[in-house]
Amino acid sequence: MNDPRTIGLTERKLKIVGTRPLRPDGVDKVTGRAKFGADLHVANMLIGKVLRSPHAHARIRSIDVSKAQALPGVKAVITSADLCDLPSEFIPAGEMMVNYRDMTRNVMAREKALYEGHAVAAVAATNEETAAQALKLIQVDYEVLPHVLDVAKAMEPDAPLLHEEMYTIGVEPKPAKPSNIAKRVEFALGDVAAGFAQADVVVEHEFTTVPVHQGYIEPHACLATVSEDGQAELWCTTQGQFIVRSFCAKLLGMELSKLRVTASEIGGGFGGKTVVYLEPLALALSRKSGHPVKMVMSRQEVFQASGPTSGAKIWVKIGASRAGRITAGEAVLKYQAGAFQGSPVQPGCMCAFAPYDLENVKVVGFDVVVNRPKVAAYRAPGGPIAEFAVESVIDEIAKRLGLDPIELRLKNAAKEGTKAAYGPKFGPIGLVQTLEAARSHANYRVPLKANQGRGVASGFWFNIGGDTCATLNLTEDGTVTLVAGTPDIGGSRASLAMMAAEELGIELEKVRPIIGDTSALGYNFLTGGSRVTFSSGMAVVEAARDMVRQLRERAAKIWEIPLDDVVWEDGCARALGSRSSEIKPLSLADIAKTAGKTGGPIVGNAAINAQGAGPSLATHVVDVEVDPETGKVTILRYLAVQDAGKAVHPSYVEGQMQGGAVQGIGWALNEEYIYDENGRLQNPGFLDYRIPVCSDVPMIDTVIVEVPNPRHPYGVRGVGETPIVPPMAAIANAVESAIGIRFTELPMSPPRVLAAIDAKLASQSKTAA
Amino acid sequence: MAKHHVTTTINGDPVEFLCTPAQTLLDVLRDVLYLTGSKEGCASGDCGACSVMLDGRLVCSCLVLGVEAQGRSIETIEGMAHGDRLHPLQQKFLEHAALQCGVCTPGFLVAAKALLDRNPDPTETEVRYWLAGNLCRCTGYDKIVRAVLDAAAEMRGN
Amino acid sequence: MDYRSPGTVKEAVDLLAAHNGAAHVLAGGTDLLVKLRAGVVAPELVVDLKAIPQLRGIAADANGFRIGAATSCAEIGEHAALAAAWPGVVEALQLIGSTQIQGRASLGGNLCNASPAADSVPALIAAGAVCEVAGPGGERQVPVEKIVTGPGKTSLARGEFVVGFRLPKPRARSGDAYLRLIPRTEMDIAVVGVGVAMTLDAAGVCTHARVGLGAVAPTPLLVEDAAKALIGTRVDAAALAALAAATSAACKPIDDKRGTVAYRIKVAGVLARRTAQTALERARGSTTKATGR
Repeated sequence: MNDPRTIGLTERKLKIVGTRPLRPDGVDKVTGRAKFGADLHVANMLIGKVLRSPHAHARIRSIDVSKAQALPGVKAVITSADLCDLPSEFIPAGEMMVNYRDMTRNVMAREKALYEGHAVAAVAATNEETAAQALKLIQVDYEVLPHVLDVAKAMEPDAPLLHEEMYTIGVEPKPAKPSNIAKRVEFALGDVAAGFAQADVVVEHEFTTVPVHQGYIEPHACLATVSEDGQAELWCTTQGQFIVRSFCAKLLGMELSKLRVTASEIGGGFGGKTVVYLEPLALALSRKSGHPVKMVMSRQEVFQASGPTSGAKIWVKIGASRAGRITAGEAVLKYQAGAFQGSPVQPGCMCAFAPYDLENVKVVGFDVVVNRPKVAAYRAPGGPIAEFAVESVIDEIAKRLGLDPIELRLKNAAKEGTKAAYGPKFGPIGLVQTLEAARSHANYRVPLKANQGRGVASGFWFNIGGDTCATLNLTEDGTVTLVAGTPDIGGSRASLAMMAAEELGIELEKVRPIIGDTSALGYNFLTGGSRVTFSSGMAVVEAARDMVRQLRERAAKIWEIPLDDVVWEDGCARALGSRSSEIKPLSLADIAKTAGKTGGPIVGNAAINAQGAGPSLATHVVDVEVDPETGKVTILRYLAVQDAGKAVHPSYVEGQMQGGAVQGIGWALNEEYIYDENGRLQNPGFLDYRIPVCSDVPMIDTVIVEVPNPRHPYGVRGVGETPIVPPMAAIANAVESAIGIRFTELPMSPPRVLAAIDAKLASQSKTAA
Repeated sequence: MAKHHVTTTINGDPVEFLCTPAQTLLDVLRDVLYLTGSKEGCASGDCGACSVMLDGRLVCSCLVLGVEAQGRSIETIEGMAHGDRLHPLQQKFLEHAALQCGVCTPGFLVAAKALLDRNPDPTETEVRYWLAGNLCRCTGYDKIVRAVLDAAAEMRGN
Repeated sequence: MDYRSPGTVKEAVDLLAAHNGAAHVLAGGTDLLVKLRAGVVAPELVVDLKAIPQLRGIAADANGFRIGAATSCAEIGEHAALAAAWPGVVEALQLIGSTQIQGRASLGGNLCNASPAADSVPALIAAGAVCEVAGPGGERQVPVEKIVTGPGKTSLARGEFVVGFRLPKPRARSGDAYLRLIPRTEMDIAVVGVGVAMTLDAAGVCTHARVGLGAVAPTPLLVEDAAKALIGTRVDAAALAALAAATSAACKPIDDKRGTVAYRIKVAGVLARRTAQTALERARGSTTKATGR
């Protein structure tokens, strides 16, 4: 296909894309000047606080706010009555779907409190102390109900029922009774029974994972101002200001153009800030009180009431021939969605076997509600859970066949043209390249000592494109302002400015990127799905090419030659043809200076639905040491190899690989939600919700492989999510290699590891006796 | 509750403020003095995003009362650069891409400066253990540690 | 809530007495401020002890060391003579929290917060530390192992507070050490903590020993049976095994979000052995660097 956007991609000599300049927004971030969600103060502002349910499951009989309202300093109190009750309607939010009926109930409970921490009411007062006092004066009459936290228990027929109207979708015939199972999905290819019959080796295991939180260091925060005429401004930390506008306008019954949402700098999101919690409440409080209202979650609230990812039960069965070809793969995934439907079980099903070229695959998934906070997207939502299980079983197959784990994966790796179990045929993808790079890396040959082991795992994530707008404005002095609409969560302003500068042929410092608010640009889908460098990059390139065409038109006009005789090279318009020797090139600055006389301001625009996002594949190799007397697992060495398509700014690609790997290390070793028998969270803080600290991990070695994505002008693939997919299996495989014990439950915390070591020793001595 | 009047020094400048006894130094910095460079990540001393220097000691400002600042000397991230000259640590963080979202960065910079001021030649292990009280969820710490080691080398004149 | 910063012990005692239990002392604040924020305590008055000279600083004399109860761990860790004499105590207190916590946290706070898992306490117990306590009834001395009576509870009478800690001068051929088990490498509350101090005679036989044990019972423990397993031995493998068994036997732990009963019992024995090995090396004269990990 002769795609004009990619012609000459490999021949083109790039000056800026692929280098490592300083990010344009960096100085503000290293000096503390950059403003995050909680950093704004405005005159007359009130502090908003939320009253949260202490019960995991309860019917709300009544709420009496009168005493709170009467407290001096309290300017507004709201309950669900102050938000619209919406009918069921699914819309996409990042890579997950959200449902409006559920959303209005999640931000403020209506009939029931469905998890400890569920918002029940909110107040706005002149200071924080008064707001806290006011919460204590709100009287809620709860009828406490039995609760259920575990996905398997929630699926049992006599489990406490969260939603009386929930009948499992995807089951024929429709069930007679409601249950906690919201949905059943299935993806299949070929005939797994026949595939297993052909296998020489079959391995099956059941796995259990528990919810883990995205763990962003910045809690949710916003500041809302609603004017008397119904126009509103919202400042919030979010991955998608346009999504926030859509959700809040719907929940408050506002027209979209009346709500202007500005994304602050965002202190981490990882998918957890693609939904709304405080924002509709702050708007409702502002509307009711006539004041700006600022709301910030405490760390405890973040853990109690904002989405973790699912915990799950996963069963995987894989069969392979003696020669090492996988003949069949089957899995059943049961994911907990939290209090409302919508776990990422569907993408989990789609990714489970995606790295492999299989003829016979069947994956079934269940979306199950439990009395926990509603899950939100967490970096490759659904994928890490499914692939933890599959990559662990693949490792077992390799051991049974006596094959090196990379060798086995190479024999079965998906390539260009492979048909994935979830439907499409892959374009060019880089799994083979990552496997080969891992195998030839020095880390793969480091000799291991006693109680040390090496584990390998691969990973896949789809990545998305989507609606994206970008604008490039040429100023009178020839510098350029770039307005993008996707919040910068990891350094994307740098890569966007780099692509613009590359296209325009000017120095990077001449391009100043900002993230625009919802009034500044057309609709932008959120930052997520690893889509920004791909989609906003594509839009920026298109906007730059739009600008280049206009620049050429102006030069052609000035020189009075045909447009076809003007080329744009090295930041200048140059004349071709008979008069080329006498015509001096015009730079961007030259044309900018006279733009008013040649036709007006020069603005490059793009409004696209970016298609063709390419999957990113990775292979990770980890070396661990296990202390057999304490069960502590130490990460000795970590290698992440990933296909980036084209690394626009390699440092930020490496950063994604390293950050995702370390989140995966935490998920594998220590992170978990711990509940008591009353359904109350026992570890809603960073003391006992244990994310990796600096001394827990070594340097994370990285190798970037580049198999260009032909659908992007620079070959870019999203890279942000794939890195969190392999670590848990890689570490479980390494631990198995170190001490001969296969862990099928996460996290592999010291008490669990030691218990397994002692159990193995006990059974060995029994056998020996 | 009556407010206390506090006189203190912040980044070398004399500062006065009013605060309730319940307000932490972090609350005062952010909400009374509008020095929002120090961040609240947990309010319980577990994340280090609020790190400041108090009389030459690295502390979590969320665990110091505002009234305890009386007569003391405080250094925050806002005082780290001098005019338009960034501190070598700030410069190295940028060069090494040691920040992604940047919310933990002020805390890390203040903590790293405290380390290098007392130990100009730390090993990688010493850096990692010194910074264990600063949580980062974006970077996996790799580039942060490299930036600190590189800044240390530059400050030693290597 | 109000705040006062008295300049003398007497002023502090009077303030506490005037509020009759509704006042709380403040040293480093690294426990108190967390409790205030969580609403676990709501005192009428916070009495800041840090302006009182006796509560600050470290003094060394012929009898040993005296540490002001509100001195920061960071400051204590910088005292070279103390670190040389009691490396176990110093490595223990340097494990409390993070570098930032170290800049404020004190021995007085770590002890009187009365968490069974407090890191400094097993090492102080092993070292034979004694607390100087002030209160409305005057001043008294209390061995450190007699202070904590249950989670969050101390034997201090209403209005009393710890003013200082005394550590004896170590005998010749003595060494102490502290180890803890935590799931990560830093920042966690100890799942098990063991402090061992021992003295050898010229022939290498252990003549004195004390073992402190934390996080495995409602209070930190002085484990006399564990010490007996070492005394009179050359601290060989058999003695260490007996030490481990005695330490495990002394555990009365619970299952909680940090560890299980079985885990704590097992690991207590493992740590006792490892801690004793380090204490032994130090007693023999090697300068094993303090780490506590």
